Amino acid sequence: MYKYDQYDQKLVDERVEQFRGQTQRFLAGDITEDEFLPLRLQNGLYVQRLAPMLRIAVPYGLLSSVQVRKLADISRKFDKGYVHFTTRQNIQLNWPKLEEVPDILAELASVEMHAIQTSGNCIRNTTTDQFAGVAIDEIEDPRPWCEIIRQWSTVHPEFAFLPRKFKIAVCGSEEDRAAFLLHDIGLQLVKNKRGETGFQVFVGGGLGRTPVIASSIREFLPKEHLLTYLDAILRVYNRYGNRDNKYKARIKILVRAWTSEVFTERVEAEWVHLKDGPATLDGSEIGRVKSFFTSPDYLSVKEASVDSEVSALAAENRGFSRWLDRNVSAQKQPGYASVSLSLKPAGVAPGDVTDRQLEMIADLADRFSFGEIRSTHNQNIVLADVAKADLFQLWQLAKTSGLATPNIGTINDMICCPGGDYCSLANAKSIPVAEAIQRKFDDLDYVYDLGDLELNISGCMNACGHHHIGHIGILGVDKKGEEWYQIQLGGSANKDAALGKVLGPSLSRDAVTDSIEKLLDVYVENRLDQEAFLATYQRIGMEKFKQRVYGTAS
Amino acid sequence: MAQLLKDGQVIDNSWITVAGDATEFPEGDLLVSLDQWLQQKTQLEQHRGSLGVWIDGNEEIEAVAELLLVSPVIAIKFPKFADGRGFSVARLLRERYTYKGEIRAIGEIIRDQLYLLRRCGFNAFEFGAQVNLAEASASLLDFSDAYQVAADQPVPLFKRR
Ligand code: HEM
Ligand code: SF4
Repeated sequence: MYKYDQYDQKLVDERVEQFRGQTQRFLAGDITEDEFLPLRLQNGLYVQRLAPMLRIAVPYGLLSSVQVRKLADISRKFDKGYVHFTTRQNIQLNWPKLEEVPDILAELASVEMHAIQTSGNCIRNTTTDQFAGVAIDEIEDPRPWCEIIRQWSTVHPEFAFLPRKFKIAVCGSEEDRAAFLLHDIGLQLVKNKRGETGFQVFVGGGLGRTPVIASSIREFLPKEHLLTYLDAILRVYNRYGNRDNKYKARIKILVRAWTSEVFTERVEAEWVHLKDGPATLDGSEIGRVKSFFTSPDYLSVKEASVDSEVSALAAENRGFSRWLDRNVSAQKQPGYASVSLSLKPAGVAPGDVTDRQLEMIADLADRFSFGEIRSTHNQNIVLADVAKADLFQLWQLAKTSGLATPNIGTINDMICCPGGDYCSLANAKSIPVAEAIQRKFDDLDYVYDLGDLELNISGCMNACGHHHIGHIGILGVDKKGEEWYQIQLGGSANKDAALGKVLGPSLSRDAVTDSIEKLLDVYVENRLDQEAFLATYQRIGMEKFKQRVYGTAS
Repeated sequence: MAQLLKDGQVIDNSWITVAGDATEFPEGDLLVSLDQWLQQKTQLEQHRGSLGVWIDGNEEIEAVAELLLVSPVIAIKFPKFADGRGFSVARLLRERYTYKGEIRAIGEIIRDQLYLLRRCGFNAFEFGAQVNLAEASASLLDFSDAYQVAADQPVPLFKRR
């Protein structure tokens, strides 16, 4: 994991002091509300319906146990004793006090953390695969590249006042676990014929009101040119992105208006001036950053004998066996596995964890995963590098803290935005819908039988809950002042990224859960062999689903 | 006389910014609009004070940069402080066109942008009369170092650390 040197530390320390000064001037009435807005946003501070909210950056989802303990501490001292993991691998505090935020930031800085650019119209936290470094299908570890991008984007002098927010994701594997095609820039690590690393560059993806899958603008960008190329893209966007209408201000709209061909030409024309310039990366910097992401000291284990031990325990213990099925994934190092700790037990807002749970997570990480913790874009936690021999013990401990719900990748592992309970933009509540679905589908056998199923819920078209890319998406809509829900089918966040299509007229809240059940019935009746929900939908299309829910063909 | 923050010092601002639609030019040192600069050349040649130019942050700077380089001052106007286009234009002037004169930020800017503006090549800043420039100038130094190359630092931190 990356460790700050004196430069990194000084920068976050100076940032805390800068924001402390700004907050004091604001509280003294020397800065107007309008002027303070981007300053606080760029330090992670939103003001929402009930209270301010502070979003803390978790660069590419990587945390140390020391950091997680600090977060537990902060949540007790400055908040209500819990935090929320977001869909961009970050962490939110829901009830901080404005005047205490500088102190919170100072506490964060003491463990090499910050909230810089977690919100506002600037370059946000770069995200990636939660299985980076251990994924079997990995082409190259994306984390060093994410860190290089983090440093480049942090307090970038030219791009602090962009037309709109700007998100970058890096995918280092065959399969996409970072939804990188739904980011303003998606970078796919690739190797050319000579085995040299580079990036395929995608631009203009995003969710929100106008969901778009990113277009490829460059097949192969040699790695040393990463930052100059990013500068070129951002400069074109900064100068030509729409600033009159915030709903048309994302880069996706510019790419669409110009066409991706024209956009590419403009970027390449800008890049001609920057290419091979001083910001060109060199081997020593790439090597320096890579040196922080080395493998831990794996023990050499007899894989076969550990595997048979684990299977024996699983045979005796149904709960453990389910958890192995859903929450444990193979990794490339023999004898080791990655464990997902579910933050989606029924009855808790998806992604919420208490201070005690955070401490438990830190303890588990120290004991089983070399002190490292990862957050996922599905709002769960991953402990990678767990020796298989420790799995049973880890499961037992995680269970006592409510972190072992065996529902990863199932219908109950849903993404859900805060919705009408907390968010002033909402058309409808979303957390009660999530809870009703979890309560309805509490029969684990049935849930397992349904297999991989992504269900996402947003309370309005801003799409914080990623409803467009759920296999089943639920969107809160406003019908004459009442809360209604539109259902979409067929979305996907993977390499075959697709946006869901609307099933039919929106439904009342009471009807949502029953309709979901009907959709699942259609799936179960029509699936072939091991086919997952999405594949069945892709094969049989919308009609049967629609008929079942609305009763008539239309 | 109005004040100006230039190169970290508070000084008198001897320049008058002329509105883009003005047809008469006042006495004194003038910052004229780009159109005036390009189109009223003969009239302006008669002018007895110094002449500089102001441009909008969304200017296609590539099309006109060569014609502006003789100006002792290029002022870039921010229509709103949150409109960041002027940051790019200043960097282009400094880094691509190696402009050595004064680049001045005018219009809507806030003190908290000073550090970033300076990094992009601005060295002079006009604020409304309500702003205490001596106090505001502290924000020029909000950070002691930076990761990126910019107009003030041609070597990225990764080559210096
Ligand atoms: C309750 C407070 C919240 C408000 C007011 C809010 C507001 C918004 C708005 C207005 C957008 C649309 C932005 C655009 O189209 O450019 C948006 C997008 C988004 N929000 Fe939220 N949000 C909130 C909470 C959250 C939470 C808790 C999460 C994480 C779970 C989240 C994750 C996202 C994501 C991932 C996007 C989509 C970005 C994209 O288009 O690529 N939001 N939010
Ligand atoms: S999707 Fe809408 S309701 Fe949900 S958090 Fe975002 S803005 Fe609020």
